[in-house]
Amino acid sequence: MLVNILKASLVAGTPLLLATLGELITEKAGNLNLGVEGMMLVGAISGFALGFYFQNPYMALIGASLSGSFAALIYGFLTITLRSNQVVSGLSLTIFGTGLSSFLGTNFVGKKMPVEVINFFKPIEIPLISKIPIIGEVLFNQDIYVYFSYILAVFLGIYLFKTRKGLNLTAIGENPSAADAAGIKIDLYKYIHILIGGALCGLGGAYLSVVQVPTWQENITAGRGWIAIALVIFSKWNPFKSIYGAYLFGGLSIIGFRIQYLNISQNLLNMLPYIVTIVVLVFSSLNKSKEGSPPKSLSLPYFREER
Amino acid sequence: MDQNIYVKMESISKNFGTVKANDNINLTVKKGEIHALLGENGAGKSTLMNMLSGFYKPDSGSIYIHGEPVKFDSPKDSIKKGIGMIHQHYKLVEAMTAVQNITLGQKGSFFLSEKKSKNKIKKVAESYGLKINYDKKVYEMSIGEKQATEIIKVLYQGADILIMDEPTAVLTPQETKKLFEILKNMAREGCSIIIITHKLHEVMEISHKVTVLRKGQTIKTLETEKTNSKELTDLMVGRAVDLSIDRPEVEIGEEILKIENLTAEDVDKVEVLKNVSFNLRKGEILGVAGVAGSGQKELCEAIAGLYKIKKGKILYENEDIVGLSPRDIIHKGISMSFIPEDRLGMGLVASMDMVDNYLLKEQHKQKGIFIKRKPVKEKCNNMISKLEIQTPGTSHPVKQLSGGNIQKVLIGREIDTNPHVLITAYAVRGLDIASSHTIYDLLNEQKKKDVGILFIGEDLDVLLKLCDRIMVLSSGRVTGIVSAKETTKEKIGLLMSDEINTEVLAV
Repeated sequence: MLVNILKASLVAGTPLLLATLGELITEKAGNLNLGVEGMMLVGAISGFALGFYFQNPYMALIGASLSGSFAALIYGFLTITLRSNQVVSGLSLTIFGTGLSSFLGTNFVGKKMPVEVINFFKPIEIPLISKIPIIGEVLFNQDIYVYFSYILAVFLGIYLFKTRKGLNLTAIGENPSAADAAGIKIDLYKYIHILIGGALCGLGGAYLSVVQVPTWQENITAGRGWIAIALVIFSKWNPFKSIYGAYLFGGLSIIGFRIQYLNISQNLLNMLPYIVTIVVLVFSSLNKSKEGSPPKSLSLPYFREER
Repeated sequence: MDQNIYVKMESISKNFGTVKANDNINLTVKKGEIHALLGENGAGKSTLMNMLSGFYKPDSGSIYIHGEPVKFDSPKDSIKKGIGMIHQHYKLVEAMTAVQNITLGQKGSFFLSEKKSKNKIKKVAESYGLKINYDKKVYEMSIGEKQATEIIKVLYQGADILIMDEPTAVLTPQETKKLFEILKNMAREGCSIIIITHKLHEVMEISHKVTVLRKGQTIKTLETEKTNSKELTDLMVGRAVDLSIDRPEVEIGEEILKIENLTAEDVDKVEVLKNVSFNLRKGEILGVAGVAGSGQKELCEAIAGLYKIKKGKILYENEDIVGLSPRDIIHKGISMSFIPEDRLGMGLVASMDMVDNYLLKEQHKQKGIFIKRKPVKEKCNNMISKLEIQTPGTSHPVKQLSGGNIQKVLIGREIDTNPHVLITAYAVRGLDIASSHTIYDLLNEQKKKDVGILFIGEDLDVLLKLCDRIMVLSSGRVTGIVSAKETTKEKIGLLMSDEINTEVLAV
């Protein structure tokens, strides 16, 4: 029972983890992209459509990541090159992505992912280590999407904290003019990380439509993009912490199905992740220490010659 | 071209909108030379140096480095040519350690090795006699440490041309002395140093040559040995200037403000004001001296009603004003102006224009629901002509004015409210001579109107000349109140370092 809940929490947490990581590196570059929900939906429909047509899992993955980064490119062009307001740009991206996915998905509603794709994303047991009690079953008997997402989180953590490029990126988010004075190409860094961030959000959305559900339904992300933005705060901009944040919230979102017999209102249980999100935001705002605070220049445009 | 000429800037011009920041400027700096760039606020010193360091692009003119013509598209290009600039507001990432800041943007292995970089940095730093704690985060550093980090950063980048934008503005006299030793050392090693300043005694002390700028134009380049402070001042201001500070004799009236046993705590429950007691009389300037962070800011804010008081009384004309709202306190005629280190943080809204900033305080007095800008605009125009504020107009955002002009706007507004008590902290912070004197004159004028003035200052020489009495703060305690005419700099220095002298408390 416990193993099953934990295992399902990882599955439910995977779209959150991918989107959280995407938003995290975007924010590390000093850009607050509130378009996560939109990018996830665009990725979800593109992944579903391509997977459906070509009956090919790779096409689904490529479609999801490319469409996610294309959506992020719109946001990047607006906020980096044109220096427009990041909050407004991000919000409009969400609205745009939601509408676009509904429009493109009209003919797919209720359609199921082909067997070829579904089989590709079946859990794969990793020899030996999957035999470790509890942990083995939970961590090492999953589909490749899940493996990819938590390995990626570890890689991003190492990238951010242990490499030169990661240090430069952090400097841009903290103090772009200091980074500029040190000769770092700010716009290039921002574009690259925002685009990668978009690709991850797209992949996160596609996990829902291609693997988890795997049937197309309108507004399939159901607010997970917003939870991901809160999770970035919860994890204090640390990819390692985002792993357990995402899985905790994944667990909260499935707990309703698992304890139906307790006779608690289903609606109440569905609210759980969102209530916890609010609680998390309240507690993290109370944190006044310098460690684990947001990048200082988050959401501020940078213009070198401004006085 | 001569290889020993490290920097040559020829007929450089730069406009910001309609403001001519630089107009046909020339500058030549040789190897091993310390070259001072002298000028009032808004003379175009920083703009010129920002072009040399690749932050701005010149509209016209040419730059030669080590004899080669160069065109900088970004700071990176200028770093490659060996130019390192230390900005007035340090370009450091607060949340990172010294090592991280120094290695920022450097080429090298993909993975960071703090140990390796630390050893390399240490070697460079120690060859110039610089020492810091490399693992300290920038936000925990003192200003001196931050500056040392900046210097090491540019040296580590391999700079042999160093630009320093007002490096001593925020340093204590001891730190300044240390910095000058380092700079001289670097010049001997063959670096060229350009130092932007408006402090004359520093120019005389450290530079080999000095170039005077005024209103965006080069006035003259002189050899420091063959000139003197008087000549430089006159060149800088453009007319003969009187450098003395007045202390008009005014009959000191009755007590207007009395502080009794004031104690306050900060968020971490540390006492920042401990049993502070003093009084302020009509028509007197009471100076407040002390090392930065001794409780000056908290004292100002406590009187203005912005800081929570733990115990004690603040009596204004024998009425306790503790617990009143800031607006009530302003209405009673107590006005406070505080100039923080970044000079814009408190008091003015940077992106609003002069009129709107003025309205922030004025609007309560207007009747009706709509704001009337016209009368305020007139007041602002008066202020501009009276204080010689340089601005394209009253509808220009204040952040685009130079530091000195911003300060004039702030203090001018406070004085215009006709206060009975005027509290001013660091009123001349970072100001040039002429602007400073305008502000001293303004304060003296208020003094003659029987206003009680609390003047919190940094420069002891100014405090001694301007004030009637001087109160010394040290770690939140009053260590002495002395008569300015009868004391010396040394005595105040002793009080600042925390030695309570019960004798002088009686004054």
